[in-house]
Amino acid sequence: MPPIISISGRGLPLHGDDLDTDRIMPARYLRAVTFDGLEDHVFEDDRAADPNHAFNDARYAGASVLVVNRNFGCGSSREHAPQGLARYGINAIIGESFSEIFLGNSAVLGVPCFVADKEKVEQLQALIEGAPETIVETNVQDGTVSAGSLHFKATVPTALRDAFVSGQWNPTAMLLDRFEEVRNVAGRLPYMSGF
Amino acid sequence: MHTLFDKVWRAHTVRELPSGQTQLFVGLHLVHEVTSPQAFDMLRQQGWTVAFPERTFATVDHIVPTKSPSRPFLDVTAEEMTAALERNCREAGIRLFAPGAAGGEHQGIVHVIGPELGLTQPGMTIACGDSHTSTHGALGAIAFGIGTSQVRDVLASQCLALDPLKVRRIDVNGSLAHGVYAKDVILTIIRQLGVQGGVGYAYEYGGTTIGRMTIEERMTICNMSIEGGARVGYMNPDDTTFAYLSGRQFAPSGGAFDRAVEYWQSLASDQGAQYDDRVTLDAAAIEPTVTWGINPGQSVGIGERIPDSADEEALAFMGFAKGGRVEGTRIDVAFIGSCTNGRLSDLEEAARLVKGRRVAPHVQALVVPGSQAVSRAAEERGLPEIFTAAGFEWRGAGCSMCLAMNPDRLEGRQVCASTSNRNFKGRQGSPTGRTLLMSPAMVAAAALAGEVVDVRHSLEQVGA
Repeated sequence: MPPIISISGRGLPLHGDDLDTDRIMPARYLRAVTFDGLEDHVFEDDRAADPNHAFNDARYAGASVLVVNRNFGCGSSREHAPQGLARYGINAIIGESFSEIFLGNSAVLGVPCFVADKEKVEQLQALIEGAPETIVETNVQDGTVSAGSLHFKATVPTALRDAFVSGQWNPTAMLLDRFEEVRNVAGRLPYMSGF
Repeated sequence: MHTLFDKVWRAHTVRELPSGQTQLFVGLHLVHEVTSPQAFDMLRQQGWTVAFPERTFATVDHIVPTKSPSRPFLDVTAEEMTAALERNCREAGIRLFAPGAAGGEHQGIVHVIGPELGLTQPGMTIACGDSHTSTHGALGAIAFGIGTSQVRDVLASQCLALDPLKVRRIDVNGSLAHGVYAKDVILTIIRQLGVQGGVGYAYEYGGTTIGRMTIEERMTICNMSIEGGARVGYMNPDDTTFAYLSGRQFAPSGGAFDRAVEYWQSLASDQGAQYDDRVTLDAAAIEPTVTWGINPGQSVGIGERIPDSADEEALAFMGFAKGGRVEGTRIDVAFIGSCTNGRLSDLEEAARLVKGRRVAPHVQALVVPGSQAVSRAAEERGLPEIFTAAGFEWRGAGCSMCLAMNPDRLEGRQVCASTSNRNFKGRQGSPTGRTLLMSPAMVAAAALAGEVVDVRHSLEQVGA
């Protein structure tokens, strides 16, 4: 896999704390055996309820850096939520905090979640709202975000950062790499042999 | 001086990956129809096979129709998803518990059947593509909810790439008042610590209150750890745990059981183990608790008023006001079930209130057992008759109206008194539907009264 170090694109400011996975991807769209087409249903109910929802706003069409607030992606472990966002065209997410499972699920899809100070996140959201054409530049390695005159620290958790930078963010091949060690651990666990 | 989490983590560590994450062996993998088909597809695309098929067990729960659970399902998509799981399990050699096939009598919500079959055991690492996998921690397992790409990883390698968690010890001490249940304890914990208070932590629950709880009560608490942001929750295994496991189908038996108990005892957190954080709650201060908002941390004791600091968006959506009360709120639907509160003791507690009484005429009330085994045990005790005589619908086993992936769903702005785990906007199938989370006894009392009431008064009325 390619290293993921810097991601740049126009920003999409989405306000709200605790935006859960049921809102990102309503459960009725999980009734399928593939992830195909999930991009069409991202925030569907919220968008229907609010014509001014950021995902309805033509100014942000084609944006690829999502900017959110606190505890984004809480709730279900359904990968359908980050799959939908990634398929929609979101390549990086910047926020005050994330649910742990959501952050991990996004990483495996090559979408880093950057954690930054509340104040900086809000400044970035305001900046994008004032100038939607601004390019938001993120850097996984340095843990920085830049947009217009705004520059701030925004970090990806250390192990995930190293995984992105070394191109090892999708771990299956690594997990299979030294399989004899897996068999050794399995052999040592009492329950594997019925005690 | 180590915690159970540390001991189990160490015993299952394969190596440190070049990325810096830990490669962790998974002792038990549970699979259901919603988050697995894409994982099996990814495996096929890469030409990988399932590494330890005997360590994975599958069932169908999320999409199962509970009204007519016989195969083929009338719901074409549900049938297609079940058939896909059957095909995937057959090809990989994975045991599947699904209606209409051998082992179908074990079908149920994945977090209900794991413990009841004795698959879930102390000291195991467990993974499942569902965030409520934390439930299994009630038996002293370390259980992770995972995404579909990780389901693929576990199928291919029986391992996960993870970062270690910190451990927060949560002690609950003292006696719970009559009418206060495990559900009220966990709702109170989430309210106090916040819906993201547990991010980065495993929650270790202990104290005298937890120590006296049954395994089913402990499961209710562990189940909702993730609603407080904690991916993992657990209790140390004790005599209650061992008694629960004894005689279960997949639990060790005879001499092996005795050896297992010795091993399990050695895994419990040591006296003097170091924790990254500690929190203590007084059980006597916990009231029957009910949510007023759109996340599980937005709750009040039934006697309390909604705080002035309440979130405006949540209030507007729910139709509540600051300083108002949830007590007295008219309900349209009452739902008893889910991996949080769909076990036999939950149904029994509700039935105590329901027996000989009637559901309010305007309320649709349903009981959805967590598994077919729960359903059979309830039948032996005459519970379906008690519920149906009162006007409840008695359904087949599944996730049902917890997340409305089957035909059981709210309509419009209906208000549902629910024993489930999430009151998120749209969670129960209607984008504008409203969910009030509470204990099974509280839901039963609300169904009878037609509005949210204080279950302590209801229990007095029936002399229970």
